[in-house]
Amino acid sequence: MAHVLAIGTEKGLFLATSDDDRRSWRLGEPEFPMTAIYAVGIDTRPARPRLFASVTNSHFGPSVAISDDLGDTWSEPDHPPLSFPPDAGAALERVWQFAAAGPDQPGVVYAGTQPSALFRSTNGGVDYQLVPGLWDHPHRPQWGAGFGGQAVHTVLPDPGDPQRITVAMSTGGVYRSVDGGGSWAPANRGIKAYFLPDPWPEFGQCVHKVAVDAGDPQRLYAQNHHGVYRSDDGGDNWQSIAEGLPSDFGFVMVAHPSTPGTVFTFPVAADGMRFPPEHLCRVYRSTDAGGTWEALSAGLPDDPYFPVVLRDAMCCDDSDQAGVYFGTRAGDVFGSRDEGASWSTIAAHLPDVLCVRAFST
Amino acid sequence: MSVTVLIPGALRADCGGASRLQVDPAADPEAAVDLEVVLDELGRSWPRLHRRIRDEQGSLRRFVNVYVDGEDCRAIGGLAARVRGGSEIQILPSVAGGAGPAGPGAPGRKPGWH
Repeated sequence: MAHVLAIGTEKGLFLATSDDDRRSWRLGEPEFPMTAIYAVGIDTRPARPRLFASVTNSHFGPSVAISDDLGDTWSEPDHPPLSFPPDAGAALERVWQFAAAGPDQPGVVYAGTQPSALFRSTNGGVDYQLVPGLWDHPHRPQWGAGFGGQAVHTVLPDPGDPQRITVAMSTGGVYRSVDGGGSWAPANRGIKAYFLPDPWPEFGQCVHKVAVDAGDPQRLYAQNHHGVYRSDDGGDNWQSIAEGLPSDFGFVMVAHPSTPGTVFTFPVAADGMRFPPEHLCRVYRSTDAGGTWEALSAGLPDDPYFPVVLRDAMCCDDSDQAGVYFGTRAGDVFGSRDEGASWSTIAAHLPDVLCVRAFST
Repeated sequence: MSVTVLIPGALRADCGGASRLQVDPAADPEAAVDLEVVLDELGRSWPRLHRRIRDEQGSLRRFVNVYVDGEDCRAIGGLAARVRGGSEIQILPSVAGGAGPAGPGAPGRKPGWH
C-alpha cells in the first residue's frame, strides 16, 4: 500500500508518496505550476478514487481539475465546472473546499467557494450547480470578507443523513441545512464575534474551520477568529474549549478520523500577531474533546519558527494508526505516523502551503 | 469580416497549440463589431480559452489585457471597442497578474493572506 499526500501550494500541487508506511516520502514535480491550489478533494466512493484540485491562475481565473489515476494525469473540461448563473451577478473567484457526500448519494460532491456559496454536483464532480437556498439567504448581503476573502471554506455533509449539511464561512459563521440544502439557518450560538458591536450575534462570526468528531456526528469542533469551541448538539450551542491552549487564535481544526474525542490544531498567537505562540512550531492535541490539550513537539523545529498553518493545511490520513500532516507558509511539510507523538519532515522549501490531503492506495 | 487573434504562450494549450486564430464574427467583410462579439465567436470554437479571458458574467479578467490593433481595449471602450475586418487582436497577460488578484475591497492585496 502506498500513502499519498497532496500538498496544495501558492504555486502548484505537489504529490508526496510513501511506499514504506510513511517512513520516507518521495516528492514529485509540481502540477499546475504558478497556480494557487486552495483545495484538494478525494472521493473514495468510486472503485478508483477521484481527486479534485481547485486551480486558480492569477491571470486566467479559477478552474477545477480531476484525476482518476491518483494524480498521474489531470483533466479539465472545456466548460467552466462551476459558474454562477447570469442572474447571480457574481463570478467564481476560487473553490475553497470539496466534500463528497455519503455513500447513499453516489456522484454527489459539494464545493464551497469564494464568493461565499455552495455548489452541488451530481455527476461525480464534473459539473456543479449553485445551491440557491444558501445563495438566496437573506443574510447574504451582510456576510463579509475575512482577510483571506469571503468564502465558504468548510463543507460537511452528514454521511449518515443526506438531508443534513453544515457549512462554515468567513465571515458569516456556521449555517446548517436539514432539508438537503433547500433552506439554511445560522448555528453560531456561543461563538463570539469580538470585532462586532454586538459580540454575540446570530451570524457574522469569522469561523475559520469546523471539524466533526469521529464518533458522534452531532459533536463539532470550531477554530474561530479568536475562540476555540465545541458543540455537542450539531451546532445548536457552542462552548469554549480554548483553556489549555497557548492562544485561542488559529486556522485549522482537524478531527481524528476514527478515535472519538481526539482533535488537532495549530495555535497562532493572535489576530494581530500571526506567529506561532512563543515562536514555537507546535501542534496541540486533545484526546478528551477539548477538555485538555497537550503540545506535540517531538521532531518539530526547536528554532524560532514564524510561519503559520492555514485553515486547510492540516489533515489526517485513513490508516489504522492515523497519520497527521501539516504544511506551513514557509513551505515546510511535516508528518506523523503515530498520531502526533513524533514528527518528521516530508518536504521543505516549497511555496506557501495552502492545503494538504492524504490518502492511501 | 475576419480578424486575427494572437494567443499568448500560456493559453495555447487551450486552443490546440495555435499562436494565432482567425475569427469571423460577421458575414459582411466590411462590417465592424464590438470586441465582445469577437470574443463570443472565439469562445464558440474554443470555450476553455474563452473562460481564461472572461469570467462567467462576461467581464474581462482583471489581469488579462486585450489589444485591438495595438491599443489597450480598456482605453477604447473595453468590450465595446470597435473591431474592423483585418484587425489584429492580441491577448496578453498583465505583468501585474503574477502578484495575484486582489481580494474584495483591498486593491493589490496578495491572495491567500489569512
